[in-house]
Amino acid sequence: MGELRYEFPDTLDAAVALLAGESGAARVIAGGTDVLVQLRTDTIEPGLMVGINNIPEVRTISAENGGFRFGAAVTGMELVEHAAFAKTWPGVIDAVKLIGSIQIKGRATVGGNFCNASPSADSVPAMFAANAVATIVGAKGRRDVPVEDIATGPGRTSLAKDEILASFFLPKRPPHAGDAYLRFTPRTEMDIAVSGVSVCLALDGGGSCTTARVAIAAVAERVLLVDEAADALIGTPVDDAALEALAVAVRAACRPIDDKRGTKTYRIKVTGVLAKRAARIALARAGER
Amino acid sequence: MAKIHVSATVNGDAVDFLCDPEQTLLDVLRDELEFNGAKEGCGTGDCGACSVTLDGRLVCACLIPGAEVQGKTIETIEGMADGEVLHPLQRKFIEHAALQCGICTPGLLIAARALLERNPDPTETEVRYWLAGNLCRCTGYHKIVEAVLDAAEEMRT
Ligand SMILES: Cc1cc2nc3c(=O)[nH]c(=O)nc-3n(C[C@H](O)[C@H](O)[C@H](O)COP(=O)(O)OP(=O)(O)OC[C@H]3O[C@@H](n4cnc5c(N)ncnc54)[C@H](O)[C@@H]3O)c2cc1C
Ligand code: FES
Ligand code: FES
Repeated sequence: MGELRYEFPDTLDAAVALLAGESGAARVIAGGTDVLVQLRTDTIEPGLMVGINNIPEVRTISAENGGFRFGAAVTGMELVEHAAFAKTWPGVIDAVKLIGSIQIKGRATVGGNFCNASPSADSVPAMFAANAVATIVGAKGRRDVPVEDIATGPGRTSLAKDEILASFFLPKRPPHAGDAYLRFTPRTEMDIAVSGVSVCLALDGGGSCTTARVAIAAVAERVLLVDEAADALIGTPVDDAALEALAVAVRAACRPIDDKRGTKTYRIKVTGVLAKRAARIALARAGER
Repeated sequence: MAKIHVSATVNGDAVDFLCDPEQTLLDVLRDELEFNGAKEGCGTGDCGACSVTLDGRLVCACLIPGAEVQGKTIETIEGMADGEVLHPLQRKFIEHAALQCGICTPGLLIAARALLERNPDPTETEVRYWLAGNLCRCTGYHKIVEAVLDAAEEMRT
């Protein structure tokens, strides 16, 4: 193993320049809750670590165009404790709260959760459902992409070597909208999802669903947005028939593996159940606002 | 290997150290600064034995690069008692026999203090969820939860 170096630049431009200029392997580090474990187990052997926690742009939560922008390196606890954000996006908070312990959430970031690209990353489906857009900065400039385009497979992303995920934008919520995330784990706390489902929906004045987004985790090589599941809800009062159609659509989209935490059959079944329950919670939350 | 020079504050005192890029805050505390209170149970964020606060935030010291604490403030178990006077949480852990081998105790005390600073009147459920990242192989947790609730009550009055 070569010599490891750490840099903690103050600007995104400086961070991008460091990544672009490194001939060997380089890694961005935000909370380090994935990276440090991987370093310790020699899963990765980078020459350069670029810490981004001193860059204000990636560490800030702010209101923007009636919505929210939060930096990729904002920690889980900072999101949970941000009263206005937590009130607007309870489903995103459901998911963030499930990331490890209080200690882990004190460091873990949503940006890191995305870029680690685990199929079972908890905040990812919630951000898919929230219709979030990611701002990515690299040597060629800035680009905005739907968050669905970040992960391409387990541990792989669409970011170039010199690119950094800077922030997420969550659009203004219509009235009567709600979101929810549920996951299944054998243990209540400190466990990895066997299946996870996020539902975000909005209702018209008469209680009919006007828009919906449904995302599923831990049942494919990456988190999936399921349009057919959203279609099962749109135009309905989210009644039992719609929820049954939702479960069918979600199960049809699952392509899980068998592993020590759950069999294929079990994962597919439980994902349908979670989808129905998450939709009911999202519906109740939509009714409150 | 190039060492990194870092200045930080630990339990109110300015400290300076040289660390290897591979060293975590836990390695630095234990091996460079001789604060041996924080323990290494796993080194991978699972057990909480290394819990400290970093700029007031409860974290696992084993997952923080030593190089990152430049200019930051760290609180460890060594700073919990006020001289000879134990913190109420420390006293209640002894009174309730909330420890056996004691490996998990520094981390639990730091985590419990962080809870009570935010929430002086937690329910039993809130205590159990907050402490879910601190594993104990000996006590079965019940006495720990009792000690935290009892300390919280004393600290409120
Ligand atoms: C004990 C424990 C329990 C955990 N439990 C859960 C859980 O329940 N659910 C869950 O989803 N995860 C869990 N995790 C995994 C981890 O905490 C999360 O994935 C976390 O969100 C990662 O964020 P981070 O900031 O620590 O990432 P880091 O470790 O800093 O980075 C992760 C990856 O993303 C890259 N990266 C980070 N930020 C950026 C950026 N802005 N731009 C480009 N690349 C970037 C890094 O190079 C690295 O490859 C757990 C981890 C531990 C140690
Ligand atoms: S040693 Fe840090 S969590 Fe176990
Ligand atoms: S007292 Fe031994 S691990 Fe908790």
